[in-house]
Amino acid sequence: MTASNPPALRVRGATKRFGAVVALEDVNIDARRGEVLALLGDNGAGKSTLIKCVSGVHRLDAGIVEVDGTPVDPGSPAAARNLGIETVYQDLALFDNLDPAANFYAGREMTAPKWLPRGIRLVRRRAMVDTTAAVLRRLEVGVADVGTPVGLMSGGQRQAVAVARAAAFATNVVILDEPTAALGVRESRHVLDLILRLRDQGFAIVVVSHAMDHVMEIADRAVVLRRGRTVGELIPRPETRQQIVSLIVGGDG
Amino acid sequence: MAPDTAKRAGLPMSSRRRREGPGPNRRRDLPSLGLAALKVGPALMLLVVVIAAAALSDVFFTTRNVGNVLSQTAVIAILALAQLLVIVTRGIDLSVGSNLALSAVVGALVFGSVGSGALVIVAMLVTGMAVGAVNGAVLVWGRLPHPFIMTLAMLSIARGLALWLSGGQPISGMPEIVQQIGGEAIGWLPYSAFLVAGLALLTLLLTKAMLWGRWIFAVGGNPDAARRAAIPVDRVVVSVYVLSGLAAGTGAVINAGRLNGGSPTFGELAELDAIAAVVIGGASFHGGRGHVGNALVGALMIGVIRNAMNLLNVNAFLQPIVIGAVIVLAVEIDVLRGRLEERLRIVQAVQS
Repeated sequence: MTASNPPALRVRGATKRFGAVVALEDVNIDARRGEVLALLGDNGAGKSTLIKCVSGVHRLDAGIVEVDGTPVDPGSPAAARNLGIETVYQDLALFDNLDPAANFYAGREMTAPKWLPRGIRLVRRRAMVDTTAAVLRRLEVGVADVGTPVGLMSGGQRQAVAVARAAAFATNVVILDEPTAALGVRESRHVLDLILRLRDQGFAIVVVSHAMDHVMEIADRAVVLRRGRTVGELIPRPETRQQIVSLIVGGDG
Repeated sequence: MAPDTAKRAGLPMSSRRRREGPGPNRRRDLPSLGLAALKVGPALMLLVVVIAAAALSDVFFTTRNVGNVLSQTAVIAILALAQLLVIVTRGIDLSVGSNLALSAVVGALVFGSVGSGALVIVAMLVTGMAVGAVNGAVLVWGRLPHPFIMTLAMLSIARGLALWLSGGQPISGMPEIVQQIGGEAIGWLPYSAFLVAGLALLTLLLTKAMLWGRWIFAVGGNPDAARRAAIPVDRVVVSVYVLSGLAAGTGAVINAGRLNGGSPTFGELAELDAIAAVVIGGASFHGGRGHVGNALVGALMIGVIRNAMNLLNVNAFLQPIVIGAVIVLAVEIDVLRGRLEERLRIVQAVQS
């Protein structure tokens, strides 16, 4: 966390319009390795737009994205993935009919032999299942059976599989959109612990969340957006909580 | 047979391991065992039908009759294999019956002017694939809201083309090789049965081992996620309609060979047989779920029921009623499976 190192993810002057609506205007964020950055704001504040611009779903109209100090262009989801940025979407983007290994490797399957056109190559199922099981073990994600389709798993397990998938392939940044929104108390606990483990393994973590308690607990810094602009950046502590809430809703803190 | 049926259940690893392992909790094993039983449901139903047919008619299990069943089921089976892929992507192809007729008519016309056996077969296959390609391309790039619409339109267009090109009349004559594929047998095993077996193995290879097949299931499971995972969703969707068209062309070869000619009335309602076979086999219209073996079982079930009722001199008008009832029964089993899966999920959530 030395200040001299460039952050894993830096966004400068991010601006995005949808027609006449300004979704983002001159937004700046830094996400450093080994740190959880919370992105806060009311509905429509621009949080989702910002992470979609970083994960390649949308494209910024103006502004730059840097990974480790190098300007990059996450122009598509695939490009963002190649930059080591993985996103856990709120809808999880899981394939309910497939098992965790197939979910992990969707779109980046291990295949052989190399001389065949990619589409008709054989999938290396065994290798993918083994790697997936290893990742799930390393992240202490309890999945009873790695052959079960994820559609049969509980909400918490599904969330954990989606987070583990991101962690397995991210080299720089893991972005999580409302990771605990659909979960009960105990399942939220598991997912929060998992996020902290990822942080300790040296990822830069960006979390979008409405759950103030969770933010207070896991975030090292919080950036508050309102109507597409950055309105504050502070360290979540019990004594700053009221200030954060005020920034989100727009009263005077 | 046991490992084979377990494999047909779709989750060989999970169910087997769970049963062998010292189950941490017996309550989880119960629903998952029930689930495994329901997954071989279609095969069990076929077994029941076959046993009943054999008990009621001594002709049923003669080699000649079995050959008959296989040859009568061949076209449905081939159409069902491809229809399965379409349905796995949340689609439907209503045009295969008309496409079959059009392909057969084109083949007959080519034979009339060229006479080359290979060329006739190529003409039928290419016609089928071209119709499928149009289905897929207009569906995807024309942004039609649902494949039902595109393939319903093609059902009409292809049948009309077949009638127009043939002047509404059957065109007789097919090259030797086509007649052989469609109408002849090695011993009592019809050539068409070998064709079905070969295509089923290829489809199995595609769905279980090949990347493209995995993508077909991913697209059916969650198209948005597939897109975000950089899977070429549009091309995958187009490809299943092309394969469905190829199946129609193959069906045309068999049908034209058996009847030694091409007729614009070929394949009427064949699309419904194919869809029924896939549905009896437990594939879900919500996409992402279905198995090659079960689709074949569905096709055989339709073939066996029709054959048995013919042998038993049951009123022919009863046949569609029975087949309709079987469809409902099969889907009811599928509904039951969905319920059990839901329960399994709740049990797991409570435990974790």
